[in-house]
Amino acid sequence: MISLLRSIGLIFLHMFRKRETIQYPEEKVVLHPRWRGRIVLTRDPDGGERCVGCYLCAAACPVDCISLQATEDEQGRRYPAFFRINFSRCIFCGYCEEACPTYAIQLTPDFEMGEYNRQNLVYEKEDLLIDSQGKYPGYNYYKVAGLAAGVKGKGEGANEEPPVDIRSLIP
Amino acid sequence: MVRIYIDQKPYDVKPGKNLLETCLTLGLDLPYFCWHPAMGSVGACRQCAVKLFKDENDKTGRLVMACMEGVRDNMYLSVNDTVAHDFRSQNIEWLMSNHPHDCAVCDEGGSCHLQDMTVMTGHAYRRFRFPKRTYQNQYLGPFLHHEMNRCIQCYRCVRFYKDYAGGKDLDVFAAHNHVYFGREKDGVLENEFSGNLAEVCPTGVFTDKTLREHYTRKWDMTMAPSVCQHCSLGCNIIAGERYGALRQITNRFNGAVNGYFICDRGRYGYEFVNDPGRVRQPVIRSEKEGRNLFENLSGILTEGKLIGIGSPRASLEANFALRRLVGEAHFYQGIPENEALLLRKILAIQHSGHMYTPSLKETEYADVTLVLGEDPTNSAPRLALALRQAVRIKPLEKIAGANIPLWNDAAVREMIQDEKGELFIAYPVNTKLDEVASGTLHAAPEDIARLGFAIAHYIDDSAPEPQGMDARALESARRMADLLKRAERPLIVSGTSLFNEDIIQAAYQIGQALEKGEKKAAMCFVMPECNSAGLAMMQAPSLAMAMKAAETGNFATAVILENDLYRRAERSEIDRFLNAFKNTIVLDHQENDTARMATVLIPTATFAEGEGTLVNNEERAQRFFQVFMPKNEHIRESWRWLDEFRQFRDGTKPDELRELDNLLEELVRAMPQFKGAEMAAPLSDFRINGQRIPREPHRFSGRTAMLANVAVSEPKPPEDTDSPLSFTMEGYRGMPPAPLTPFYWSPGWNSGQSVHKYQSEAGGPLRGGDPGVRLLGGGIHFSNGFQSAIPSAFERQENEMALVPLAHIFGSDELSVLSPAVEGRAPRPYLALNSLDAERLHTAEGAVLRMRIGDQVFDLPVILKNELPEGLAGLPYNLTSLLGITWPAKGILTNTTS
Repeated sequence: MISLLRSIGLIFLHMFRKRETIQYPEEKVVLHPRWRGRIVLTRDPDGGERCVGCYLCAAACPVDCISLQATEDEQGRRYPAFFRINFSRCIFCGYCEEACPTYAIQLTPDFEMGEYNRQNLVYEKEDLLIDSQGKYPGYNYYKVAGLAAGVKGKGEGANEEPPVDIRSLIP
Repeated sequence: MVRIYIDQKPYDVKPGKNLLETCLTLGLDLPYFCWHPAMGSVGACRQCAVKLFKDENDKTGRLVMACMEGVRDNMYLSVNDTVAHDFRSQNIEWLMSNHPHDCAVCDEGGSCHLQDMTVMTGHAYRRFRFPKRTYQNQYLGPFLHHEMNRCIQCYRCVRFYKDYAGGKDLDVFAAHNHVYFGREKDGVLENEFSGNLAEVCPTGVFTDKTLREHYTRKWDMTMAPSVCQHCSLGCNIIAGERYGALRQITNRFNGAVNGYFICDRGRYGYEFVNDPGRVRQPVIRSEKEGRNLFENLSGILTEGKLIGIGSPRASLEANFALRRLVGEAHFYQGIPENEALLLRKILAIQHSGHMYTPSLKETEYADVTLVLGEDPTNSAPRLALALRQAVRIKPLEKIAGANIPLWNDAAVREMIQDEKGELFIAYPVNTKLDEVASGTLHAAPEDIARLGFAIAHYIDDSAPEPQGMDARALESARRMADLLKRAERPLIVSGTSLFNEDIIQAAYQIGQALEKGEKKAAMCFVMPECNSAGLAMMQAPSLAMAMKAAETGNFATAVILENDLYRRAERSEIDRFLNAFKNTIVLDHQENDTARMATVLIPTATFAEGEGTLVNNEERAQRFFQVFMPKNEHIRESWRWLDEFRQFRDGTKPDELRELDNLLEELVRAMPQFKGAEMAAPLSDFRINGQRIPREPHRFSGRTAMLANVAVSEPKPPEDTDSPLSFTMEGYRGMPPAPLTPFYWSPGWNSGQSVHKYQSEAGGPLRGGDPGVRLLGGGIHFSNGFQSAIPSAFERQENEMALVPLAHIFGSDELSVLSPAVEGRAPRPYLALNSLDAERLHTAEGAVLRMRIGDQVFDLPVILKNELPEGLAGLPYNLTSLLGITWPAKGILTNTTS
C-alpha cells in the first residue's frame, strides 16, 4: 500500500521534470552537416554534374543498392545515364561518399524519407541530383583530371605543363 | 632443374627462364610492366628489381632487373630485400609523377596493371609537387581510344604492334621524357590485331572504344568462358554482360590455340548480340493465325515429312538436335555442294593419320611454311599472327650459338635484324603476309594447285609432274620442294577460301611426298565458319542434295537452323526450294532473307545466351558457355527448342529431357566420331566443394538496385541447368578448371595480367591442361596413292571472267559485320581486275562495270590489282551486298557506260 502510494507520488513529481521526449515532427532535432542521411548527387561550381560514372560508389556499397550506367557527352565528359539508389536497402554507412573521387555523392542530414509503399524508396537520378555543391564547395574534378572533357583543354589544368610538341627534340 | 635461393629459401626451377618469370611461376608477387610472356624482356621499365648475391656469404648484393637475368644454378637472390623493395616503390613513384588524376574516368580502372603494381609496391601518396607532362591524343579509328597522358613509357605497345604483329602505323616519336606512342598523324590503326593493345598496354592509353559506348567496369560484368564465332580457328574469349547487353570481348588464354592475342574481328564483332533488329519474338505467318506458337507448331510438325537444314555457325548440339528431330536421312548440311566436298576432303586428310594436324600454337614453330591458296590475314586472322612468329624460327636458330637467351627480346631482334625464315605464299592477289614471305606466286587457283603438284613432284619423283608450267613457277616449286625436304617442322597451310579442290589435293600430295621421306608434314586447313568442321563431321549431304530431295521427296515442312540460305546459293534456287514446302520453320537470331521467308520464325540464342560446342579447323571441340540469361523468355538455344519439338513427333515429354549433357551423350552414341566432345568441359553437375563457379566477380555491384526500377523486391537469380557455372557472385572462389574459367582475377592482380596465376608456369599452359578436346582419334582412311589427274593450266577466256572470292577480315563474316565498328572497316563492294583486262573492257579504276553471274547482275566499281592474272577477277567474299554466288564462279563483264 505504501509502495503503491510512493510510486504514484514519484510519477506525480516527474510531471514537473524537464521533458526528454522531443515533440517530433513539431520540434526537430539538430542534425550536424556530417550526419549520414539521404544521399544526394551534387554539382560542381560550374553547375555541371559532378558524378563521372566511375562505379566506385556501387562497388563500395555493402548492400549493393547503387546501380548506374556511365555515358559520355560529345565532348567526352562522363556522366551517369541513370543512377539509382534503392533506399529500402541502404544502410546509410557512407562508404559511397568515402569512395567517391569527385565529391559527387554525399550524405545529407535528412532522414525523413518514410513511405507507405516500398517501391517509392527507389530513387532515380532526377530524385538524387541537387543544384548545389554540398559539403565540398569549389571542387571541380575535370579541372584536375588529365583528360580534356570540355572543362579545360589538354595542359590547361592547375598543375599541368602545356602539351608536348612531339616534333621537337629540345628538352 | 636448377636450384636457386630466394630470400634464403631453396627452390628447384626450370633453367633457361629469366628470374621474373621464375618468380611469378613460384607465386611470388614481383611487379613488372614491360615484360610480356609472349614478347620477352627488354628491361625498359626498371620495375622488377631484385637483389642478387654473389654467393651465400655475400650480404651486400647488387640490384638487378629480374627480367634481364637468366636463371643459373646456385643463385642467391632476395625479392623482399629493403633496398630492392624501396627501389621498386620509388620507381613507381617516378612513373606516377606524370600520371594523370584520371582513374575515375579511365576505362582501364579496375583491370589496370598500373593500379595493381602501384598498390603492390605500397606507393600511396604523391610527393612530387611539380606540373605534369601532357600530350594531345589522336583519333585511332573505331576500335581504340587514345589517352596519351596516361603513358608510362614501357614500350609494350610498339613492341606488340610493330615487332610482334607486323604493324606499320604505330610508333614512338619525340625524345627524352617526351616520347609519344601513336601514329604519324590521326587515322585508323591498320593492323588487324590492334585491339590487343587495350590488353597489352598496362595502363589506359589504349582502351576498347566499343566498350566505351556502354562502359562497365570489369568487376561489374557477368562473364563466361566462350569461343569466338567469327572464323574457323576457335579462339578462346571471355564475354562480359551487364544489364542484359553484351559489353566486351577479351582474350581468354589457351596455350594451344590463341595464346594471349585475338584478332579485331573477334574482339569487336560481338555487337550482333545487342542488335535491336534481332529476332526477339516468334513470328507465325501460317494461315492458322491467331493461335499460339505451340499449337501452331504441333499442327505443322505432326503432319508429313520434315527436312532439316543444319548450319556451320550453329553449335554441334543444335545441329544434332535438328538431325534427331527430322531423322538422319532428312538432315542436310546447309552449305553448297562444293564447300561440302572440300570439307569432306579436308576431314578425310585430317583423319587419314598420315598428316599431322598442328594446333594453332604449333604453327608458330614451323621452320618452313607453304601457304597454298589462302590469305590467312583475312580468312583466319590469328593464323597470320602465328605465321609472323614462324618466320622468325629459322633465324632464331643461330641465337643458340650466340649465347643469347630467347627471352632477351631486344638482343634477339638486334641479332636477327630483318632476317626471315622461309614462307611461300601462293594466292591470286597480294596479301599482307607477302611482306614477310620469302617467295610469292600470284596465280589463278588452278595454277596454285599446279604449283603444289610440282612441289610434290620435286620432293618425290613418283608423284605426277604437271606439264607446261612456266619457268618462274617451276623454279619456285623446285626451291620450295628443296626447303620442305630439308625442313624439320614443315607446315603447309591451305583451305577452302578459293573453293578449289585441286589446291587441297595438291597440299595433301605434298604432305604425302614428304611422308615418304619419313617426315610428317603439319597440315593446317582453314575452313569457312566456326563450326564448319563439326557440321562436316556429321557427314550429311549438302544443300544442293536437299534441293534435289525437296523436288521428289514430298516434304511438308523444312526446318532451317541458324542459316541464311540466300548466302549459300542463287536467290532463284532458294526461292524455288523454300516454295516447295507447305511450311518453313526458321530458327535464327538475325533477321535475314531466309528468316523473312519463314512461316514460323523462332528466335534463338546467340553464343552469349546459350551453351554449345564448336569444332574448330584442327578438330578441337570447345565448349562455350552462356554469359547471361536473356530477359526475353522467347530467346532460347536452338537445341532446346528443337529438342522440345520432339514432343510433337514422338511424344517425348519436355520435362524429361536432361538437356545439354544428355544431348551430348546421345550425340556421341549416335556418331562415335565425336567421341571426346562430351569431355570438352565438365558436366553440368560438376561442383567444387559442393559449389558452383560464379560468373560474377566478388565485387559485383548493384545487385539490389539494378532491377529495383521494375520491382523493388529482388527476383530470384536465374538458375543454370546446363553448366556448373552460376549467374550470381556466390560460389567457389578458388581456381576453377581451365574450361570453366569465367575471368582472370587473383588477389592483388585485377587486370588480365593475372592469367599467370592460372598457368602451370608463367607463359605456359593453363593448370590442368589447355581446354578443348581434339577429335582426331580413329578415322576414315584415305587412299595413299598419288592422284594422277592434274588440272590444266588456267587460261583467259575471251567472253567471260573467272572469278575468285577474296576474303576480308572485316566484311566476309556474316555476323561480325553487324557490329557498327567492324562494318565501318568493311570494304565496299568492288571488282578487282588486272589493268590489261581493264583496258580490254575500256574501263579504269573507279568506273562501274556490270557483272552477270548466272541470273544475277551486279554493278561494281573497278579497282586495279595488277598482280591478278589476266582473265581473273576478284570479288570480295560474302559481303552482304554480294550474296548468292556459287563458288567457283564465272562472270560476264560488260561496260555499261560505253
